[in-house]
Amino acid sequence: MSERLSEIEVRSAGAYASIQDGGRRGLRRVGVPWSGVLDAALMKIANALVGNQATAPVIEHFDGGLLLKALHGRVRVAVAGQADIDITGEQGVQRVVCWRSVALNAGETLRIGALRAGRLVVVAVAGLQVPETLGSASTYARAGIGKPLAVGDRLSAQFSEASDFLLPEPPTDDDVVIRVVAGPQAGHFLDDALATLCGAPFTVTDQADRMGVRLQGPLLEHRSDTHKDIISDATVPGSMQVPGSGQPIVLLADAQTAGGYPKIATVISADLGRLANRRAGETLRFQLVGVDAAEHAARSHAENLARLIASIRRLPGDGSVDLEALYNSGLISGPISGFESEE
Amino acid sequence: MAAESNVTKVTSRLRERMRVADAGDQAFTLVLGDRIAPEVVDTVTALDRQISALHQAGGLSGLIETVPTFCSLTVIYDPLQTSRQQLLAELEQLPPADTLRSSAASRLWRLPVCYEGDCGPDLEATAATLGISVETLIDQHRQSEYRVYMLGFLPGFPFMGDLPPALQLPRRTEPRLRVPPGSVAIAGALTAIYPSESPGGWHLLGQCAVPLFDPARPQPSLLQPGDRVGFTAVNAAEHRRLQQAAEARALDLAAFSEAEVAS
Repeated sequence: MSERLSEIEVRSAGAYASIQDGGRRGLRRVGVPWSGVLDAALMKIANALVGNQATAPVIEHFDGGLLLKALHGRVRVAVAGQADIDITGEQGVQRVVCWRSVALNAGETLRIGALRAGRLVVVAVAGLQVPETLGSASTYARAGIGKPLAVGDRLSAQFSEASDFLLPEPPTDDDVVIRVVAGPQAGHFLDDALATLCGAPFTVTDQADRMGVRLQGPLLEHRSDTHKDIISDATVPGSMQVPGSGQPIVLLADAQTAGGYPKIATVISADLGRLANRRAGETLRFQLVGVDAAEHAARSHAENLARLIASIRRLPGDGSVDLEALYNSGLISGPISGFESEE
Repeated sequence: MAAESNVTKVTSRLRERMRVADAGDQAFTLVLGDRIAPEVVDTVTALDRQISALHQAGGLSGLIETVPTFCSLTVIYDPLQTSRQQLLAELEQLPPADTLRSSAASRLWRLPVCYEGDCGPDLEATAATLGISVETLIDQHRQSEYRVYMLGFLPGFPFMGDLPPALQLPRRTEPRLRVPPGSVAIAGALTAIYPSESPGGWHLLGQCAVPLFDPARPQPSLLQPGDRVGFTAVNAAEHRRLQQAAEARALDLAAFSEAEVAS
C-alpha cells in the first residue's frame, strides 16, 4: 500500500460548494454556530466509500456544476447524492454513478452535472487535507473561517492504493413528512397554530441556504403583536422561528446562535438533513412528536445509517462491471454476488 | 419502576425553580426569568457555571454545550449518548441557582473607544433625539460599567447593559446595510460592539480598535458572558495607532483587562 500526496483543483464551484465536516462545537455561547454538513448521512456514506473517518472534511455542493480536476497523482473520490456525474480524461467522457468510489487519474476531471433530486451532494476525497480552525475544517465565512470554494482553489489529498467500494442500496427520500417537537415559544401562537403547522403542506421557497430555509404555507398566527418578539434566546439547528409575517423559517447549521423571533417548533435532528435537501417548490408535511419519540428517532436514524454503511461492498479490481447498467436494470439490491464483502 | 418515579419527583422539584422549554431532541431551555435585568442574568450565569463544574467533574455525560442568554440557559446534548430525562435528573443535584452567588471571577475590561469624527456617525442625531449634548452622550456612555449579558447575532457580538436611562432610545427606523467592524453602538437599554461588518439598526457612537473576535485565537471571542466592560475615550491618533497594532497582531489583549472581579 503506497501513499502519495495528490492535488485537485476546483475548475468550477457550480452553484455553491464549501468544505464542511462534522462541525465545530462549544462556541455557540460566543455566537459561533456549528456549521458542518447540512445532511450528515451524505457525509458519512461518502467518507465510508473512500475509507475516510466518518466526519472527515468533505466538499458539500449545492445544485450541481462542480468541476474537480486531478492535477497530479491519483485521487479517489465518491459522491453521495442524486446527480448525473461523469469523468473526462484522455479516454473521453465516461459516465459514473453516485454512491461508489472511483479513482481520478492525473489530468482527469470529475463533473457533477444536474441533480436528479434534492439540492445537495457531498463529494468525499480520500485523505483530503484541510486545516482545522477552532476544532473543525468547516467553512464559516461570516466569522472569517474559510471561504466558499472558488475557481483555482487547490486541495491536497493523500492517495492510497485501495479498492473501490459501492453502496448497493442507496437511500431514497420520498417521504414528505418532517417531524417536529413543540418549540420553546409554542405558547406565543394561537392555540390552533401547531395544528395548522401540522395540518397542511408547506412549500420550500427559494430563500434557502446554509443558514436556513424559509417556508410558505398557512399563516401561523401569533397570540398578539407583543408575542411577535421575544427577549433573544438560544437557537439550535432545526429551530423553527416565525417572524411577524407568520411564515416559518427553519434554522440550519450556519444560522445565528440566538434570535428574537418566537420559535413555534423544532425540527427533529433525524429529519433535518432531509429538510435541508429539499428543493424550492417542493412540499413538506410536519408531524408533531414528543421529545422522547424524537430522541428515539435520533437513535433509529443512527442505527439505520450504520446498517447502510455496513452494507458497503468492495468492487472487483478490474472495473469491468457496468454499474450504470446494473443500477438502471434494478439488479442491485442487497449484497451482490461476485462482490466481496468489506471484511 | 421505583427509579422512574424518583426521576419524576426530582424533575418536578427542578421545575419549581425554572421552566423547562422543549427545544427538540438535542436541546432544552431552562427559563429563569422574563426580563433583561442584572439579577436575572446573574442567575443564568450561576447556573451555567454550576453545570460547567458538574460536567468538568465527570457528570452530565453526553452534554455538548450550554448557551447562556438574557433570561435562560439552553442545554445542548447528544441524544445518542443521553436523554433529556437523564440530564434533568442529574441537574437536580445542583443547589438552587437563584440562591447561589457564583464565586467564579468575571473579567473587567477597559476598552478604548474613539468617539471623534467619522468614528461616531450617529452622535449628533442621537444626542438630538435624546435631548442632550453630544458631550453628555459621550460622557454618560463611557462613564458607565456594563455587564455582558450574552453574545450572539454575530460571532463575538456582546449584548451589554444597562445604559443610563438618559441614553435609551429605540433602534434606527432605517437599519444600515453596512455597519463597519468595531462600531460601538446603542439601542434600547443596551450597548454593543460590532465584531465584523454586518447590517445593523443600532446607533453608532464610536469605534473600538480591539478585535472582538479572531478565529486564530484559542478563545476567539474577547468577551465572555458575565464579563464587565467599561470604555475609555481615545483620540483619533491613538485609535489609529491601536488599529495598526491590531492589524499587525501586536495588541496585548490582557492589557485591556483591568482586574478579576468577583461577581
